[in-house]
Amino acid sequence: MNEMNTGIGLLTLITLLPVVGALIALFSGKQARAVALVTGLGSLALSLVIWTHLPADGHIGLVEKIAWVPSLGIEYHLGVDGLGALMLVLSAIVGLMSIDAANRVHHSPNLYFALVLLLEAGLFGAFTALNFYHWFIFWEISLIPAFFLIKLWGGPKRGPAATQFFVYTMAGSVALLLSFMAVFLATGSMDFIKLSELAHSGLLAQAVTQHLGPVMPWLAVGVLAGFAVKTPLMPFHTWLPNAYAEAPSAVTMLLTGAMSKMGVYGFLRIAVPIFGHEIAQMRTVLLVLAVATVVLGAFAAAAQKDLKRLLAYSSVNHLGYCMLGIFAIAVPASGMQIASQAAALNGVILQMFNHGITAAALFWFISMIQFRTGGPRGIDDFGGLRKPAPVLAGLMGIALFSSLGLPGLNGFVGEFLIFRGVLPLTWISATVSVLGLLVTAVVLLTVIQKVFAGPVPAHLVEFPDLHLSERLAMVPVLGLMLLLGLVPQLIVGAVNPTVLRLLSHWSF
Amino acid sequence: MIQETALIFTPQTAASAITGNLWLIPALPIVASGIIALLKQKRRVPAAALAIGSLGISLLIAIAAFAHVLAGWMANHAVRETFNFSWIQVGTSSVDLGWVLDPLSAVMLVMVCFVGLLIFIYSVGYMAHDENFTRFFCFLSLFAGGMLGVVIANSILLLFMSWEIVGLTSYLLIGFWYHKPSAAAAAKKAFVTTRVGDIFFLLGIVWLFSSTGTLLFYSHGAGSLESLALSNLLTQHAGLGLSAATAIGLLIFAGAAGKSGQVPLHVWLPDAMEGPTPVSALIHAATMVAAGVYLIARVYPLMSAGSLAGGTTVALTVVTWVGAATAVFAALIAVAQNDIKRILAYSTVSQLGYMMAGLGLGGVAVGFFHLITHAFFKALLFMGAGSVIHGVHEEQDIRHMGGLNAKMKTTFVTYGIGMLALCGFPLVFSGFWSKDGILEAAHNGAIKGPFYMLAFGALLTAFYMTRQVSYVFFGNKRAHHEAHESPKVMTMPLAILAFFAIALSAIGTPAWPWFKSFLNNEAAPFEFAGFAEPGLASLMLLSSCIVLVGIGLGWMIYGNKQQDAHAKDALEKALGPIWTLLANRFYVDELYGVTVIALYKGLAILTDFFDRCVWGGIVALVAWVFGLCAKINRFLDETFINGGFDKGCEQLSTGGGILSNVESGRAQTYLRYLAVGMIVLVAILLWSARP
Repeated sequence: MNEMNTGIGLLTLITLLPVVGALIALFSGKQARAVALVTGLGSLALSLVIWTHLPADGHIGLVEKIAWVPSLGIEYHLGVDGLGALMLVLSAIVGLMSIDAANRVHHSPNLYFALVLLLEAGLFGAFTALNFYHWFIFWEISLIPAFFLIKLWGGPKRGPAATQFFVYTMAGSVALLLSFMAVFLATGSMDFIKLSELAHSGLLAQAVTQHLGPVMPWLAVGVLAGFAVKTPLMPFHTWLPNAYAEAPSAVTMLLTGAMSKMGVYGFLRIAVPIFGHEIAQMRTVLLVLAVATVVLGAFAAAAQKDLKRLLAYSSVNHLGYCMLGIFAIAVPASGMQIASQAAALNGVILQMFNHGITAAALFWFISMIQFRTGGPRGIDDFGGLRKPAPVLAGLMGIALFSSLGLPGLNGFVGEFLIFRGVLPLTWISATVSVLGLLVTAVVLLTVIQKVFAGPVPAHLVEFPDLHLSERLAMVPVLGLMLLLGLVPQLIVGAVNPTVLRLLSHWSF
Repeated sequence: MIQETALIFTPQTAASAITGNLWLIPALPIVASGIIALLKQKRRVPAAALAIGSLGISLLIAIAAFAHVLAGWMANHAVRETFNFSWIQVGTSSVDLGWVLDPLSAVMLVMVCFVGLLIFIYSVGYMAHDENFTRFFCFLSLFAGGMLGVVIANSILLLFMSWEIVGLTSYLLIGFWYHKPSAAAAAKKAFVTTRVGDIFFLLGIVWLFSSTGTLLFYSHGAGSLESLALSNLLTQHAGLGLSAATAIGLLIFAGAAGKSGQVPLHVWLPDAMEGPTPVSALIHAATMVAAGVYLIARVYPLMSAGSLAGGTTVALTVVTWVGAATAVFAALIAVAQNDIKRILAYSTVSQLGYMMAGLGLGGVAVGFFHLITHAFFKALLFMGAGSVIHGVHEEQDIRHMGGLNAKMKTTFVTYGIGMLALCGFPLVFSGFWSKDGILEAAHNGAIKGPFYMLAFGALLTAFYMTRQVSYVFFGNKRAHHEAHESPKVMTMPLAILAFFAIALSAIGTPAWPWFKSFLNNEAAPFEFAGFAEPGLASLMLLSSCIVLVGIGLGWMIYGNKQQDAHAKDALEKALGPIWTLLANRFYVDELYGVTVIALYKGLAILTDFFDRCVWGGIVALVAWVFGLCAKINRFLDETFINGGFDKGCEQLSTGGGILSNVESGRAQTYLRYLAVGMIVLVAILLWSARP
């Protein structure tokens, strides 16, 4: 590892840019959305620059390291590998899509867009931080704008939903914080890389046991709880349908597209490297929860009447595949199994990105439909929309088929690789989980059937189709879905070296 | 007899220019489909021209590829050329795609392109008045591309991807008239039912990939269908006494059964008739539903792995029995249907059963020959049915037709040829020879059950087709409207297909089994001695008798009768409740309704209830306990701690208050409870960590 103090670079810049944008937006009144769009585009450009400057060998690059509070082990330590950089790109894309979708914010738009940009800054900060203290600040910072965005601009039941979201996630964070304080007490370090090296060599467990007694499994549980709430993993998901449904759709895009990835990212960057051995010991329980997330998430989606709740549960189902992949690889492996681990981990990271894009796109379409109907979004409130709005139906159809994992679109590749990895490692989990693929297909096709097919009810005959600027906004996203479905190597090429490096540093 | 004298050809695997460019065959229609998607709905002529033109070029390339394989065959080379490449690099292994040119793919390519082209041309006439004409050709082209992708795939992943594209287009085309709720429901049913098979298929693919380390079928000795991988798979145990090869084979067969409408996944195919008739002809008769049969033919080395000389395997036995059961089951239902397209749909299900049984009993060539002949005469029958439906103004009930032979001469003659080919009328019709091959293989099998089932199915086939033709073309006129013959653009393709329904006989007789020899890479001598094989002549005689009896019975009961459109069917009177059972398709849909679908809905409601009440309840309980603890803490805090921490919380409140002045500050209260709880825990931790 590079121990030199390096200066401020791209990673600080990308986190700072939305903060500056937020300040400007706050004082630019009705022009706030334009400011946010420019900032979002700038962030996307920066994230792509970072993506192209990754070290080819999968190591952490673009490192920035400055001593901060040395006595407490706190450093300003930033860096990204394929995983982190991919999450930056994803956050930037989803952020931009969300700003684009929010084209009808009438009540304090300056505050709204300032908060959205602040949330984006929180995401960038969390995906680049390599020191717990610093990371935790961003993890929490992203929560506050999200809370107010739901609370102030949400649906009729926004108050309880926002509170539930906030308190639930906070409770998870507290568990996380406690675990890390214990780790710090035992080791004197908060650095993710250092801690993962200690864990790899077995010194971490030794130090913790020596200082605190046999609490290592409990510390792991605390960390897992924090991420399990955020992702979510069943049964820690009950905040999610309410929050996703009550938040304005543009904010739901951020919640599901980017913030849920903070949870998965946390598993990969923090939980598995530092508590790999403990996770391996709890693997059976965790696998049961992951499979439940996949299957029950899909079934719960099938029971929903509200389109947003339906898609919320569908998101739970899709992130369940990530959980499944992560827990499946938590075994001491050798030979052929390493190939399976690599396939599953590549699949998990691809799935994070693909789900982010696709879920954000789906909520974008919901937001378009809601603007047009003026509110109702029950699955039975529609019918035959394909007739008055063929372009909307066609484009949303593509996003829905991407979500159900149609080959040729992005969603398939990640799920295929996850199953490729999981089946040899735990065939029962894989076999039960494929049920999720089936149920998801039924659910999403029911959406198409009820919303777009059948006779057109009288009140929808005049339903306006997407207009040109809306089409132009969505075409690049759908183009990306197709591109990644056909050439997934674009992402895997950069992620695979990171996957190999991570696997070689993890011990179970 | 013939096989023993056959010469086994030397393998030739070096890729030629034609193999390198084989991808163009599926790519052209897909690109055309993309361009058509961007056209305005009014641009009918360019849309049809693009679709027909691109498939026409694909057909030319396919013929060139076929000629290449044929040239190799004539020079005694077993052509199997592949072109493989790495799609993604995962870990240190590679996910490969690729395509293959061998006799199997060459024959299938020509068939799909040729039949597809005729159906495209026919569609110009059939869909002339549809407002979504352009979109129709967009979907049709995409379908052709996907189907051709299935055919050329040398990677089981590429095959699966194309397979799903085909499933998507089938979904889109069944639901083409989406304003009809029945069409939308049928489309969903088709996609979901085939996906049931597909998830097993996907598991099979993943298993095959992780066991053999490759997705390629053939790769210079390292492919999954080559001897090294197969012998490995045979030694791995999968539980229940099965080898991994058998288990994977059965999983793949589940996928094939979904696509090819085998029992118990056949329920979607009759409903798929909600789509426009050219779709039924192209997708649900000639090509897509045959993809399952093609898949089994493609992975045949896996299915037959481990069989001793002349023996069979568990996987092939399952294929045989499922096929034979489907053949009889669907033929029985077809007897009691009144919708012209549904009769043909059940007939397709039944014939697909024959193909599967043929694969299971007699090998690739036997099942595959029936696939090819069936594609021609069933496309012919569907397009003839479309012509009839068109002629009688969108009427589909055969009881409301009658006496059309005079009004629609071309349609009648060509339909008659298709019907006789499907029945397997002796000697001059291709269906006779391909079905006879299957019956012969069944007769030679160790267990005779499938033979009797298939023979009974043949009797039923001849019977229900005679019933249908009698109702439609003979007897008195019962239609509401005056019938008219369809335009040339629709009848010409019928004539061409009718020609092939007869002509294909030439390549599959025992005297010159060219087709079989070509597929098996053997020489094909012409010798009348082929007929002299022991037992063959008597078997041919038997199957001829079965067909003639079936047709005779049908004609006796239904032939040229003067009757009322609302009169009870003659058999309905005779059979009573059995007829009701058949007419209601053995109540399979109803059975699924009260079992699988009820289970699905029940689980959904249960999960939702669990989510709201149990998990939600636990959360509420925890929140309540937490609140209680916090109140106690607050009491302690106010009494003992005071000072600094309270100030911190107040600052947080004011900070948040700026943002939330319109709302209450309840979250700050929660935060405060949380923070207090945290401090207490940290204190405990520090205390326990003291040296």
